[in-house]
Amino acid sequence: MKSANGKNGAPPQLEKSPTGIEGLDEVTGGGLPTGRPTIVCGGPGCGKTMLGMEFLVRGATLFDEPGVFMAFEETPEDLTQNVASLGFDLKDLAARKKLFLDYVHIERSEIQETGEYDLEGLFIRLQHAIDSVGAKRVVLDTLEALFSGFSNQGILRAELRRLFRWLKDRNMTTVITAERGDGALTRYGLEEYVSDCVIVLDHRVAGQLSTRRLRIVKYRGSVHGTNEYPFLIDEHGISVLPITSLGLNYHASTQRVSSGIPDIDQLLEGRGYYRGSTILVSGTAGSGKTSIASHFVEAACKRQERCLYLSFEESEAQLARNMRSIGVDLEPWVKKGLLQFHGIRPTEHGLEMHLARLHKMVDRFKPRVVVIDPITNLISGDGDREIQSMLMRLIDFLKANQITAVFTSLTVRGKHAEQSEVGISSLIDTWIVLRELEENEERNRGLYVVKSRGMAHSNQVRQFILTDHGVKLVSSSQSTGGRLTGSAAKKNRPEPAIEQKKRKQKRQGQQRSAVARIRKTAAADQGKPFLTRAAGENR
Amino acid sequence: MKRKIPARPGKKSEFFELRLYVAGQTPKSLTALNNLKKICKEHMDEQYRIEVIDLLANPQLARGDQILAIPTLVRNLPTPIRKIIGDLSNTERVLVGLDLGTPDTVAGAL
Repeated sequence: MKSANGKNGAPPQLEKSPTGIEGLDEVTGGGLPTGRPTIVCGGPGCGKTMLGMEFLVRGATLFDEPGVFMAFEETPEDLTQNVASLGFDLKDLAARKKLFLDYVHIERSEIQETGEYDLEGLFIRLQHAIDSVGAKRVVLDTLEALFSGFSNQGILRAELRRLFRWLKDRNMTTVITAERGDGALTRYGLEEYVSDCVIVLDHRVAGQLSTRRLRIVKYRGSVHGTNEYPFLIDEHGISVLPITSLGLNYHASTQRVSSGIPDIDQLLEGRGYYRGSTILVSGTAGSGKTSIASHFVEAACKRQERCLYLSFEESEAQLARNMRSIGVDLEPWVKKGLLQFHGIRPTEHGLEMHLARLHKMVDRFKPRVVVIDPITNLISGDGDREIQSMLMRLIDFLKANQITAVFTSLTVRGKHAEQSEVGISSLIDTWIVLRELEENEERNRGLYVVKSRGMAHSNQVRQFILTDHGVKLVSSSQSTGGRLTGSAAKKNRPEPAIEQKKRKQKRQGQQRSAVARIRKTAAADQGKPFLTRAAGENR
Repeated sequence: MKRKIPARPGKKSEFFELRLYVAGQTPKSLTALNNLKKICKEHMDEQYRIEVIDLLANPQLARGDQILAIPTLVRNLPTPIRKIIGDLSNTERVLVGLDLGTPDTVAGAL
């Protein structure tokens, strides 16, 4: 065998056909093996047919490679209808000779077997289909239906072996879907014949939330991602999320962005956060996390940067109303298209799915700032280790895109604020803790910067207040008793000069009148000159 | 064509329209055709028509009749449609498949 690459001395690389499916080409390092069969297996309803169909549709529309879809289970009408929801118009593609749909109907009860036979009819049909559109890609969905149609397993297996060789000889990039079997990859052991590439799809439910996952079990002659990747099927088709493929090689910006609150910027060298860094604002309920996040969003919008705000607790309208009460008006930015809100209940999807969706939103909207409020809602209920790995993926993803991210995190009262963030804290660049300070029968809000990588941040604990012009930090008290807030601060606040003078004058006046009184009585009683006496007593 | 005593008097009035799908002149196809001719002569009393369809010449026909296996014999008439796959070497099963008798009566006739 001679290949074009071989001549140049470079080792011939396995040729790959891009699937056009978002993310899958990344995971497979370029697509499915060209001219070879790939098995896609999984349980019912995990998206095998969708994957096969999208592979063909994208191939026909994006890469000008017509395809043949041979369905053994669904009629062309059903298929056309099913994928119409993804925006695929099979009829149009068929009319334009980009796609050939063939439905193979097998009814065991109609067939009587007498003696020797082969499946030449299937080959002829396939050949006819391939010829009529000049196909480069073939999907067989689900070939296993043959096993229920023919009783002679010996003939069937020999014919399947012949079929795969036949497809390879014709250089067809083929996807064969198969039902997952017990203990084996496929129910009828099809992987025995197709050993070039095996992809397993999975549909798992944990804590009543379902997540689809994809894993490449095998890809002969190619490196590939080995992890399980979450994927979703939505109105744009399948997207696989190779979040783990990101590493720690993102660019670190030296640019600074304002937090939107000048007082907080002051705590961070007066210049705010680093662009592309990850900021955590943690605190108990009602401590002002959302307010601080909203300020940042507003500031970003004012810089004409796009923001994505994921709210897991409040609806867009509610959040907008509430933030108006502290003087942050977000609505104009939404109208301008700079700010996108997404209010989702955390229970709507699993963690993977949320991140997958976020991934998609970021890819589409291309924001420079992402706020997740609060991230703790997202991660409730899952195991700790899973959370950490998912967050790591999320943060890596955001950093790789140079997105400045603000996460708010709800800490449970009573727990130590810095302990409850295990799993998050080490991934965070700038961490602001909001605390409730209870003193003198008052609750006040306190704020401090736990850490901020790459800058000399303030170590002060500052009181902050929510005014109708936004968040303000109260200037820190200089009293010797340490941090004082609220009324305690007021009590110890140094008096303005005028007040002091007034008080002094008052005191002096009181003294004077007292002296006069004493003088009077003393003169009356003893007849002595008052001044000397009073002076002597005072000493 | 030779006249023969009908093996199944009850089915005399029925007309058989049969199609045999083959792919070229393979030994299996030839065997099937020969077997079919024999069975028809013996059991159908001239009330039959055999049409041989070579899918190599007309590949699109495989789709219409849902043909996968070769050779396949399709009984279009009388309805319902029946399919028999294989080289038709097992006469007994062919007759069952064509609704020409239960295995017992066929065995008796043979």
